[in-house]
Amino acid sequence: MSRLQAVFSAARKARRAAFVAYVTAGDPTPARTVEIARALRRGGADVLELGIPFSDPIADGPTNQRAAERALRAGMTPRGVIDTVADIRLEGEDLPIVLFTYANPVVQYGIWRFAEDAAAAGADGVLLTDVPVEEVERFRPAFLDSGLDPILLVTPTSTKERIRAAARLGRGFLYYVSRTGVTGAQSTLGRSLEADLRAVKKLSKLPVAVGFGISSPRQVQEVARLADGVVVGSAIVNRIERAGSSDTLAETIQRFVIPLAEACRRK
Amino acid sequence: MKAGPDEKGYFGVYGGSFVPETLMAPLAELAKAYQRTRRDREFQGRLDDLLVTYVGRPTPLYLASRLSARMGGARIWLKREDLCHTGAHKINNALGQALLARKMGKQRVIAETGAGQHGVAVATAAALLGLMCRVYMGSEDMRRQAPNVRRMRLLGAEVVPVESGSRTLKDAINEALRDWVTNVRTTHYILGSVLGPHPYPTIVRDFQSVIGREAFGQFRKTTRGLPDLVVLRRRGLQRRGDLLGVCSPRKGAPCRRGGRGPREWTG
Repeated sequence: MSRLQAVFSAARKARRAAFVAYVTAGDPTPARTVEIARALRRGGADVLELGIPFSDPIADGPTNQRAAERALRAGMTPRGVIDTVADIRLEGEDLPIVLFTYANPVVQYGIWRFAEDAAAAGADGVLLTDVPVEEVERFRPAFLDSGLDPILLVTPTSTKERIRAAARLGRGFLYYVSRTGVTGAQSTLGRSLEADLRAVKKLSKLPVAVGFGISSPRQVQEVARLADGVVVGSAIVNRIERAGSSDTLAETIQRFVIPLAEACRRK
Repeated sequence: MKAGPDEKGYFGVYGGSFVPETLMAPLAELAKAYQRTRRDREFQGRLDDLLVTYVGRPTPLYLASRLSARMGGARIWLKREDLCHTGAHKINNALGQALLARKMGKQRVIAETGAGQHGVAVATAAALLGLMCRVYMGSEDMRRQAPNVRRMRLLGAEVVPVESGSRTLKDAINEALRDWVTNVRTTHYILGSVLGPHPYPTIVRDFQSVIGREAFGQFRKTTRGLPDLVVLRRRGLQRRGDLLGVCSPRKGAPCRRGGRGPREWTG
């Protein structure tokens, strides 16, 4: 059983949704990412989603764009992110790590080499936001061969056939983007989420995690009722942006995610 | 370069669809709608009529005799796309896609622009057809091309400065894609160059192929032959559109016969 599968099935048994926390690796600086990862785990993250910063992040809203710019300016590279994953493992952290990025950095790195290096460092899955099912075959064999779970996205505009294909080609979990739009915190969730999510779950044997726009414990609770996993990204990245390079950064992050992780418990 | 893309939108090793999943269903819808218009006599008739009465086609093919003498060798003809309404060939594609947007029932169009020519063309086509229009432009480009910004605004378009990344064309494309991801149900994105996901490269190439069809026809009429060399100026990303547009009508066997067919030369 892969680490991701294990986490989702443990969460199900505990009657809670898995809490997936996203940050951009290298934000505010590459040196801080390991302590942020530790703070997230201590705060209750079940899965760590680590963004590899990219100069043209078309699926990301302003918050994550700025995070990517900060990380790139601070000298973060794909190789640097993979090394960071290795460092996180050296610290004894055992939570599954999903690398979240775009096709371009992976193609530039070399798909097979990327897969081998990422897996050797201890990554568990890769999510490429601009690689739909039509293009995933270019990456999937390399990922599977190295034991990485390819994670695919479905959205409210995905047809049934596309959802089925994503569920068939993906591993670990299926990522449901809860709205049409880019990443970023918002105060209300889509009204049709419940019905849409039911439809997706019917077509997928994989656990379904919901993300994009979830920022408060109340929203987490609402989604945790329906989904196998809840992803919070921009709201955490906002905190990192505000805290900057202060000494209390890790503590701030940990304190911020505790109520989010607790909200994953189904009442 | 092969004549047409394969079913996934690849021209050899280039092409495909590297965009967020949210856009895949709309892109499929666009490809389908576009295929229908190719056989739609009424649509083609309307476009041809507007190209004549509104754009001012055919543009002249002009023998630049003084330039030819000065250069001391080749006889040089100029295809005067600068005489199109709005002052550039961009209107050929903008008008075609704006008609397509109307056909698909979209009320709003968006576009990216670098120097401003494509933005002006889209603003013009939108004004003609009664579509709402928003143009994304890097703030650096807006400063450099202020007269075009005024023209777009005069035509009723909203020009939005893009402050992310390098604040130039590529960032404007990213921002337009983010708008499209968010407003995909009501909005058509009029891409101005042969780039982006399938079917855009095909659409832009086809709408610009009018340049090549006219130019080769006019050339044959005056010289009874084919040019030895086709020279196009390429500026950044922008000019690939005309390159494909000019050459695609004549990329077949007739051009190569005798080994004296047109060659592309970008500089």
